Amino acid sequence: MIRAVDIKKSFGDVEVLKGISTTFDKGKTNLIIGRSGAGKTVFLKILVSLFQPTEGQIFYEDTDITKLNKRQLIEIRKDIGMLFQGSALFDSMTVEENIRFPLDMFTNMTRKEKEDRVNERLEVVNLEGSNKKYPGEISGGMQKRVGIARSIVLNPKFLFCDEPNSGLDPKTSLVIDELIQQITVDNQITTVINTHDMNSVMEIGEKINFLHMGKLAWVGHKSEVLDSDNQLLQEFIFASPFLQRLRDKALGK
Amino acid sequence: MFSFIFRAIHGFFYEIGKYFLLLRLMIARPEKASMYWKETMRQMNDIGVGSLIIVCLIALFIGAVSAIQFAYQLEGTFVPLYYTGYIVRDMTIIELAPTITCLVLAGKVGSNIAAEIGGMRQKEQIDALEIMGVNTAAYLVMPKLIAAVIVIPMLVFLAAIVSIMGGYIAAVPTGMIGHDAYVLGLRSFFDPYNVFMMFVKALVFGFILTSVSSYQGYFVKGGSIELGRASTNAVVLSDVIILLADYFITLLMT
Repeated sequence: MIRAVDIKKSFGDVEVLKGISTTFDKGKTNLIIGRSGAGKTVFLKILVSLFQPTEGQIFYEDTDITKLNKRQLIEIRKDIGMLFQGSALFDSMTVEENIRFPLDMFTNMTRKEKEDRVNERLEVVNLEGSNKKYPGEISGGMQKRVGIARSIVLNPKFLFCDEPNSGLDPKTSLVIDELIQQITVDNQITTVINTHDMNSVMEIGEKINFLHMGKLAWVGHKSEVLDSDNQLLQEFIFASPFLQRLRDKALGK
Repeated sequence: MFSFIFRAIHGFFYEIGKYFLLLRLMIARPEKASMYWKETMRQMNDIGVGSLIIVCLIALFIGAVSAIQFAYQLEGTFVPLYYTGYIVRDMTIIELAPTITCLVLAGKVGSNIAAEIGGMRQKEQIDALEIMGVNTAAYLVMPKLIAAVIVIPMLVFLAAIVSIMGGYIAAVPTGMIGHDAYVLGLRSFFDPYNVFMMFVKALVFGFILTSVSSYQGYFVKGGSIELGRASTNAVVLSDVIILLADYFITLLMT
């Protein structure tokens, strides 16, 4: 479990996060949603300690990571996997080399063991046979899946995904969402997803944290979204007239 | 006016501080020595083998032009013509081989390093490495620095030899100076200390051009325009600092 306690973050005079306290549960897909500029990415970067909060604490189980020095942070990061918005694959390495990189860097596994682990992860993300391709030779959706494979290759306890569906078509987005949820449940890891994809919210939102202008405006399960009386959340989720009609139909209005 | 000067001084020391902070972060125990070794070998190949042709070409012509110029200048004077070989040799060893080679390498290797690391920063690849638990300052900069301080002195040594050969090719077959005179000049007044100075310069310049370029790339912010600017800054700053270092090394060692 990850616990954020009263997180504040300012850049100069601009206060981006205004005291966020929430928890991210183990074995669940925890979502951070909100409009552009709501502070989602900053919050996610604070959660993985790429940014330091101006105030507040982040607990991974019982460890406050905001108090760790660089060396201790490097240790704890070995338990973290992260999927970046642009996948962040190394261009000069093949798919196989990208996924194997953490194994090469941090384990003493034999060549055969590494090969087996890479193939196993490629199978999980349905990319068998793509070992020798370079990131530039595969589609955006495939790159995301390689990114997921790389992020889970060391069996992390915590998985973070920054906009996993950005730039993908709805069908591929669904595949990525299902994949992340399956990995979360199968491995009982704490997954935090930063998204503004409404399909993701309604499909895999087991715990949704809705940010609005740097504050936590609503927390709940996907099944509670429809009945919520939070005006900001309703305006955000059902922004288009089409979705509003769908909601009204579902509610029998 | 005062606030402008204050901001400029503050900015200067801020950048210097960040540069040394990067160097300090870089000095750490590697997560996996074999991975650093592999990366160092790749960099040695990129910096060394990748720069062979341009370094040799420039050295060849510098030697050739120097020899022709001096042979022409010495003609009809009381200075013996064999001094051409002596002047080309010492000028090459003391100044031209280390300085010109490293200025050229700052353009070729330096801009490449800044663009490579800066590109990784922009594509979040550095963040990805950080999240994995990799010390990015060490993994991305240290292999380049080690490779540079090994390979660049070799390139400079090669440049010195090629330059002297270039002088021979330009001056002897054309009849400007005889074979024996040129070789006599090369053998005259030789001081091995100059070769030592050449290696000191090559080592220091190699360190400067690699670390400054890495710094420019590592802290790049923004998009493609900023990346281009970082690449240009890497070359310009490396060149200026190399020239300054050249002055101080010469002052201290002669």
